[in-house]
Amino acid sequence: MSSPAIPMPGSIGRSPDPDVAPPAAVEDILATAQALRWEVGQEFHERLVEAMYTEAARLGDRAVTRPGTEPRFDLDRSIDRVVTSRRWGFPIMILLLALVFWLTIAGANVPSAMLANLLLDQAHPALKGLAAGIGMPSWLSGFLFDGVYLATAWVIAVMLPPMAIFFPLFTLLEDFGYLPRVAFNMDKLFQRAGAHGKQALTMTMGWGCNAAGVVATRIIDSPRERLIAIITNNFSLCNGRWPTQILIASLFIGPLAGTSWLAGAISAAAVVVVALLGVLLMFAVSYLLSRTVLRGEVSSFSLELPPYRPPRILQTLYTSLIDRTLIVLWRAVVFAAPAGALIWLFANIHVGGDSLAGHLVNLLNPFGLLLGLNGVILAAYLFAIPANEIVVPTVLMLTVLTSGLVGQGVGAGVMFDADAAGVLTILKGGGWTLLTGVNLMLFSLIHNPCSTTIYTIWKETKSVKWTTVASLLPVAMGFGVTFVVAQVWRLVAGG
Amino acid sequence: MPAQNPITLDPQTVQGNGNGSTDAPALGPACAACPAHHAANLKRLGVDMADWDYVVALAGNPNTGKSTVFNALTGLRQHTGNWPGKTVARAEGGYEYGGARYKLVDLPGTYSLLSTSLDEEVARDFLLFGRPDVTVVVVDATRLERNLNLVLQVLEITDRVVVCLNLMDEARRHGIVVDDRRLARDLGVLVVPTAARQREGLPELLQAMQEVATGQVHLRPNRVHGEPPALKQALQQLVTRLEAAYPQLPNARWVALRLLDGDERIIQALKQGELGSLTRQAVLA
Repeated sequence: MSSPAIPMPGSIGRSPDPDVAPPAAVEDILATAQALRWEVGQEFHERLVEAMYTEAARLGDRAVTRPGTEPRFDLDRSIDRVVTSRRWGFPIMILLLALVFWLTIAGANVPSAMLANLLLDQAHPALKGLAAGIGMPSWLSGFLFDGVYLATAWVIAVMLPPMAIFFPLFTLLEDFGYLPRVAFNMDKLFQRAGAHGKQALTMTMGWGCNAAGVVATRIIDSPRERLIAIITNNFSLCNGRWPTQILIASLFIGPLAGTSWLAGAISAAAVVVVALLGVLLMFAVSYLLSRTVLRGEVSSFSLELPPYRPPRILQTLYTSLIDRTLIVLWRAVVFAAPAGALIWLFANIHVGGDSLAGHLVNLLNPFGLLLGLNGVILAAYLFAIPANEIVVPTVLMLTVLTSGLVGQGVGAGVMFDADAAGVLTILKGGGWTLLTGVNLMLFSLIHNPCSTTIYTIWKETKSVKWTTVASLLPVAMGFGVTFVVAQVWRLVAGG
Repeated sequence: MPAQNPITLDPQTVQGNGNGSTDAPALGPACAACPAHHAANLKRLGVDMADWDYVVALAGNPNTGKSTVFNALTGLRQHTGNWPGKTVARAEGGYEYGGARYKLVDLPGTYSLLSTSLDEEVARDFLLFGRPDVTVVVVDATRLERNLNLVLQVLEITDRVVVCLNLMDEARRHGIVVDDRRLARDLGVLVVPTAARQREGLPELLQAMQEVATGQVHLRPNRVHGEPPALKQALQQLVTRLEAAYPQLPNARWVALRLLDGDERIIQALKQGELGSLTRQAVLA
């Protein structure tokens, strides 16, 4: 490889750095600037900026030739007139969201059942059989295959299909240019809540991942409004929670409608309602924060609506599969495997006549029932602090253990095979009602952020105080909301 | 559309530049200087940037396609999105072209360099203190006038600029014709029309970046002057002092302007010695 023969002014040609000025010189420069500032007057800056804008306009004008006649029909503007209109903006937004969820719910059913069949019905007994064949001690095969393997397989079966459908659809919307229109529609509401309009963008980022949403708040200039956006980002349902919402909605809400196609639509509608409730809570909490501890002016900004661009379908499919689906799935698996091991141990270490898991569940049960949930769900949320993705598998496993549904699993700590019907049987056996399902959906929306998000909040704010607020405020609200719903529900339904 | 180079090319430096390919030694100078030849030799290095010869910054208004250009050159798949503010931190990647290794830094989009928000500050700090060998300003051909404000501001900081006139496909669709040669003459820097999503114009862009990085072109950027006499004098005083204290500072006039304006960030940078060696290390690290 020949090197260029000319002396290069680039990095490799740089001599050791001579430009460290003595402090005296720096003081002199600053003092001079201070003194001169009075001489040049206030308006010089405006004049310079003006000169620059004039120059830019002149150059642009010289270089650009526009078509003589205005185009008769501007597609972008026509689309914008509809999707950002007062009347149609919100309905279209809600319909698009509902459509995405409906496609996800309807499309994920079959592959989910296939994966469950393959990984749980077929592979799991085969692995157990193999272990028995080579004489592996039963505690080891239990730990490995009933704990680690089953938790991991469960996460894949539950999460992979919905993610593989949801992410590409969402990315297509993003690529098309729809997200800034969402921000445009929501801007007024955020302003009225005392928050920054750009928070609408960080909110939509949070629908993918709250940690990413928190990082995205860097686009907000004012520290006050940025803090509001960080604290409330958790009310954007993230991809660790969408599958929980979708599963519980299709198990408990869908069956309320008779026919099967209507069930899918009702389930999708339920998920949209929960997501919109999150948006509402985001407004409410932003409003309260900006009227109390984070008081201040609302800053204005200009939001550029980019042109609509035809999404590149294949590339979107590829990047959303590789970058989002697989990365999120990998994260879930990384957390699910040790969690599975931990749960298996908790279920198999007995102290005073009951397993550790049993003690924990019994301890939390009275409080859980007060909230219209149960001890199993609260215990699962403890296990799932690192990753919300594993809530449902943990719930199922703990339910089997504590409700004595031994027929379903094989011994303590076994996660059983389960298609949707099987899951419903288990949960009903664990004493679940419609209320439990509804409150789980609510609690899944309103609880502490996952540990990754908490860490990100701390990194972005560098404040223990605000990290604590952002972590504990939602979980306290979650307790409050589920408690009220449970009490009212029992009063009305008598259950 | 190969960009006709409007800037005087020094024939000696063109010949002196090796083509960087060991398995094709028989190429004449004309071949070595041809964009098509190098484009075939573009090696996307992804995040593998053990050492590099040149640092290239990608700046521009939000949503002009900086990340798309970045991905096309580095082979990385930095997520791109059709909304302003997608990139909030800087992303880095590398490529090898014409025998030299380039480190490419994708900066957050910014409308100006007089910024207040964190993402805009990331961009400004890098341009100012990172001292990239080449700054590629990606501009939206359909919104040229507004985008040129940033180009003019960047030209205040550094001469070593390539203007990437992106989204030419959209400009064509809207019937807008941009005279890139006239623009290049007016600005005094290289202007390359591209449509990065379709990979149109990227070979020419690479070539232009190489020419600026290796100093093959003499750039005479157009700068906005015409300040009132009092300001001119004040600037002169400050520039003299700054140049005495920092002999290598390439943008003393801009720093002087910011000091007159009372820009806290720049005052801090002076006090903490960032204008000197400190940031250099931070950037290289």
